[in-house]
Amino acid sequence: MEERALICIVCPLGCHLTVTIEDSKMKVFGNKCSRGEAYAKKELTAPTRMLTTTIKIKNAMLDRLPVKTEMPIPKEKIFPCMSILNKVIVEAPVKRGDVVVENILDTGVNIVATRTLRIKIDRQV
Amino acid sequence: MNYDIVIIGGGPAGLASAIEAHKKGVENILIIERDRELGGILQQCIHNGFGLHIFREELTGPEYAERFIEVVETTGIEYKLNTMVLEIDTDKRIKAMNETDGFMIIHAKAIILAMGCRERTRGALAIPGTRPAGIFSAGTAQRYLNIEGYMVGKRVVILGSGDIGLIMARRLTLEGAQVLAVAEVMPYSGGLTRNIVQCLNDFDIPLLLSHTVTAIKGRDRVSSVVISKVDAHMKPVVGTEVEYSCDALLLSVGLIPENELSRQARIEIDPRTRGPIVNDAMETTIQGIFACGNVVHVHDLVDFVTAESIRAGTSAAKCVIESHKNISATHEKVIESHKKKMNSIHICSKAGIAYVVPQSICHENLEDQFSLFLRVKAVYHNAQIVVKADGVTIKAFKKNHLTPGEMENLILEKSLLNETIKSLTVEVIQAEV
Repeated sequence: MEERALICIVCPLGCHLTVTIEDSKMKVFGNKCSRGEAYAKKELTAPTRMLTTTIKIKNAMLDRLPVKTEMPIPKEKIFPCMSILNKVIVEAPVKRGDVVVENILDTGVNIVATRTLRIKIDRQV
Repeated sequence: MNYDIVIIGGGPAGLASAIEAHKKGVENILIIERDRELGGILQQCIHNGFGLHIFREELTGPEYAERFIEVVETTGIEYKLNTMVLEIDTDKRIKAMNETDGFMIIHAKAIILAMGCRERTRGALAIPGTRPAGIFSAGTAQRYLNIEGYMVGKRVVILGSGDIGLIMARRLTLEGAQVLAVAEVMPYSGGLTRNIVQCLNDFDIPLLLSHTVTAIKGRDRVSSVVISKVDAHMKPVVGTEVEYSCDALLLSVGLIPENELSRQARIEIDPRTRGPIVNDAMETTIQGIFACGNVVHVHDLVDFVTAESIRAGTSAAKCVIESHKNISATHEKVIESHKKKMNSIHICSKAGIAYVVPQSICHENLEDQFSLFLRVKAVYHNAQIVVKADGVTIKAFKKNHLTPGEMENLILEKSLLNETIKSLTVEVIQAEV
């Protein structure tokens, strides 16, 4: 029998969960509500995370554009996604919600801009 | 220059209060922002988790800010960027300057203080050692990385487990740095549990509770830091020193409301919150000057900043509209009525409570429901927060879990109070185990 320890993050209580796995059957202990059980099972079978980072942008007021995955992606895809996003360069103008990478790593999830960046206007001296 | 309402600071507090004041019928509004764009600290908080209370969805910082900025743009609320306020006075005159307008004196009927807070620095901690490059407050590192696009180091140690420190531990790891440890002097973390799980545990970054940095080494650049265990009195324990070779040290050791302008205007400051004393209308001890957001007390959720700022915006609008209606009201009368509002019912923090905001409420001003924001002094399990009016319990809130890192929001009904009450007290009562 395998035993795993987790902290539930569904609400601020932060229950310390113990999960036992026997013949691929999971039992969750220490949870004060049913959401804790669902969280633990998801964490141990198919954990997902939102990824937020920045990419290069040209011709805007700033050099970095903040982006995010439209939905959570499998946890193990986070670093592979980062290596793709490190190479992506976009050009202003970009609007909040614009897709900057479609279906990243075949996850079915798009990478979208999280802010608007207009074309840089050089200040007249 | 004359405005009905001038708002100092264009972050989440300033934006929400401006929009609300405009909604309530005031059109002549100016926001003064010292940065090059609106949005405040949200623009560098590119992670998600904002807006669950206000928008019922999880947004990133820039997304949350942009929703408000868009409204400001469409309402015609004026704003000045790259503009520094130098002084405000009790007559609500604002001295400010920028490159295009030069020096300005702006007259306002009401002012809303929304200057936010600043990070505590290395100087405030007195860590022994050399003074090399490579020591950053966590928020500064966040701005370098997320907005300017610079890495602050390759091997990083973080002191303090506040949320910004935790968020930066993940952010630096994603960008290829190695975060060696997060040291926290307290026996518990000051950050949200979900940040400990998703920013540290996900990447196997050790959280060293009851530990602190006891030496910084390096000549031009940080070369290493020494971390020691601390005892129950937070004194370093000799013999527990571990040296971490690193090229950057981030400090996430607390935030301080930025109140130089408030002090100059002789607004009374609460030593516990380090922010202005306010009533339920978010009005300060000076009539017509309101305050909201992190300048009043440091929040951990921007949603609560927005809620508080909506109240400040509403009150400032009411103040302006009333002054338009009663032009005949003498200055003395206005001041007297304000004094009454500030001294109506005092709210006192008793056992286990670090502070309560607002510090006073006025019975006749209250809506049917009103909220009290507070922080506790220590970690409690199975406790109750009890509110008493002149010594008599009027409401008790059962709390399974209380920690100083998480602000509590108590909702109370006006009907619980009668008009003769002089004081409310708030305390934590630990249930017997």
